[in-house]
Amino acid sequence: MMLSDLATVIRSKNAGPFELTFDVLFSDPSDYHRVIRSGQLSAQSFASLYGVALDDVLSVIEFEPALAIKVTIKRTRSSGALGESDVYGAQQHAPLLQLDIP
Amino acid sequence: MTTHISVLSPTAILGYGFPETSFREGLLRRPSAIVVDAGSTDPGPYYLGAGESFTDRNAVKRDLILMIEAGLDLSIPVLIGTAGGSGAATHLRWCLDIVQEVLLDLNRSAHVAHISADQSAEEVTQALADGRISQLGPVKPLTERDIIDSNCIVAQMGVEPVIDALNQRADIIVAGRCYDPVVFAAVPIRAGYPEALALHMGKILECAAIAAVPGSGADCMFGTLDHDGFVVEALNPDRHCTVTSVAAHTLYEKADPRYLPGPGGVLDLTSCRFEQIDQNRVRVTGTRLNPSERYTVKLEGAKPIGFRTIAIAGIRAPDLIAQLDEVLEDVRKIIFQNFESIDDADVSVIFRCYGRDAVMGQLEPLRDLNPHEIGLVIEVVAATQALADTICSFARSTLLHFGYPGRQSTAGNLAFPYSPSDISHGVVYEFSLYHVMTVDDPVKLFPITVDLMGVR
Repeated sequence: MMLSDLATVIRSKNAGPFELTFDVLFSDPSDYHRVIRSGQLSAQSFASLYGVALDDVLSVIEFEPALAIKVTIKRTRSSGALGESDVYGAQQHAPLLQLDIP
Repeated sequence: MTTHISVLSPTAILGYGFPETSFREGLLRRPSAIVVDAGSTDPGPYYLGAGESFTDRNAVKRDLILMIEAGLDLSIPVLIGTAGGSGAATHLRWCLDIVQEVLLDLNRSAHVAHISADQSAEEVTQALADGRISQLGPVKPLTERDIIDSNCIVAQMGVEPVIDALNQRADIIVAGRCYDPVVFAAVPIRAGYPEALALHMGKILECAAIAAVPGSGADCMFGTLDHDGFVVEALNPDRHCTVTSVAAHTLYEKADPRYLPGPGGVLDLTSCRFEQIDQNRVRVTGTRLNPSERYTVKLEGAKPIGFRTIAIAGIRAPDLIAQLDEVLEDVRKIIFQNFESIDDADVSVIFRCYGRDAVMGQLEPLRDLNPHEIGLVIEVVAATQALADTICSFARSTLLHFGYPGRQSTAGNLAFPYSPSDISHGVVYEFSLYHVMTVDDPVKLFPITVDLMGVR
């Protein structure tokens, strides 16, 4: 199954001008736990999906009150800097949509 | 002491608008303050650097007319956080000018406090020398050069200066750069309600109905605080607050939803409980505040890095799209051969290929799929506008007629949607400071001025 079939929200956004944060939210606790168990949103998996160094994945946080998994990475360039491409960071989520969740 | 206190948040950002019906619904519930956040770093470094607002003046005035009239009629304060979008001196003046116009239109007068958040280069340089500045996240260590190059530095104030302004009997508070929740928390904290809960409620209210479902940045929210918790509700009957929508909001634009650092302390949400008390309202309890050992404020600064000129064009030729990287590299070489005296360190030429990897850059996993069409933005950033114009013009004409190998469409390589094709885009800024500074006094850096404004 794809992540977009299980999650209700998949989004990216700036967390300040130097970090990019990804939120994956679920409405069903079993889907939330299934994705966590799959390990597909671990720092390692995320780094390889986005082609970034493992060190640049700053945190992966499971937040049960919101049935949410949050991944934060270092921005390649700060928001609005020379050569940067997404000032709000709001369109960096697409590779997550088709992530295969066993 | 009263058992509860309420705050009305009309909209996510001053100028984003709100339905008057929602706002009136909020007024019927007798709030103790009308509070709005007016700023964000999200629109990028330009607005802080250039001293401009990212919101429209007419839209801000529309929102302020309703808010100020209601505040004066009910004798409750109106608080504006991070006025003018970035909360520096020019932004405050812009907002105060609108407030003055609104008061004159309403034929009213009011005591208006404004709280400055600008920090002088000398002050920040001294703090750097004293070892009072540290990085925030993946930011480079601050240098004196960064401070000198910044044409504007602001600090995010905590709740203390806002409470001071309330103590000076201000009817309207126009605050410079704030930690977003503090303007919402100031009235409840001053009235003796728990700081942790007041700040957490402020954190949710500052984005107004974004924390409801369906979410909206242009609709009202209402928060009611007691000594053990707070309740948030949407004021539009078409929206509801749910446990998920409110809990999810604490994730928004933050790296860690469990710990929210602010001036003076860290909000700890690990023991929070979110309860649905009816279809529309959510009660939150258990928020804690862990005071920091030293009081810190976040600094934000922007520096100019050059002038930008862009040209936009489409490419539809499959043979060109297939070898686009090589062609663009050749064009880049021709530019620097043609203008030999120009050092390539002084001029940046960027080709953004929309339809391929312009949105995600290095993060794009599908870069190697050739699309049938490319939206190309030629961008040049240089030391002067004239130089940026020259190089952009030359890049555009060179690419238009470039004879790449195997070319069949020999009349031109680019489809321009506009004539003229080139757009001079002005000064480019970058965030130069995003650091925290330790301070002894949470108020001293943020001078307060109270004036009687409006009709004399």
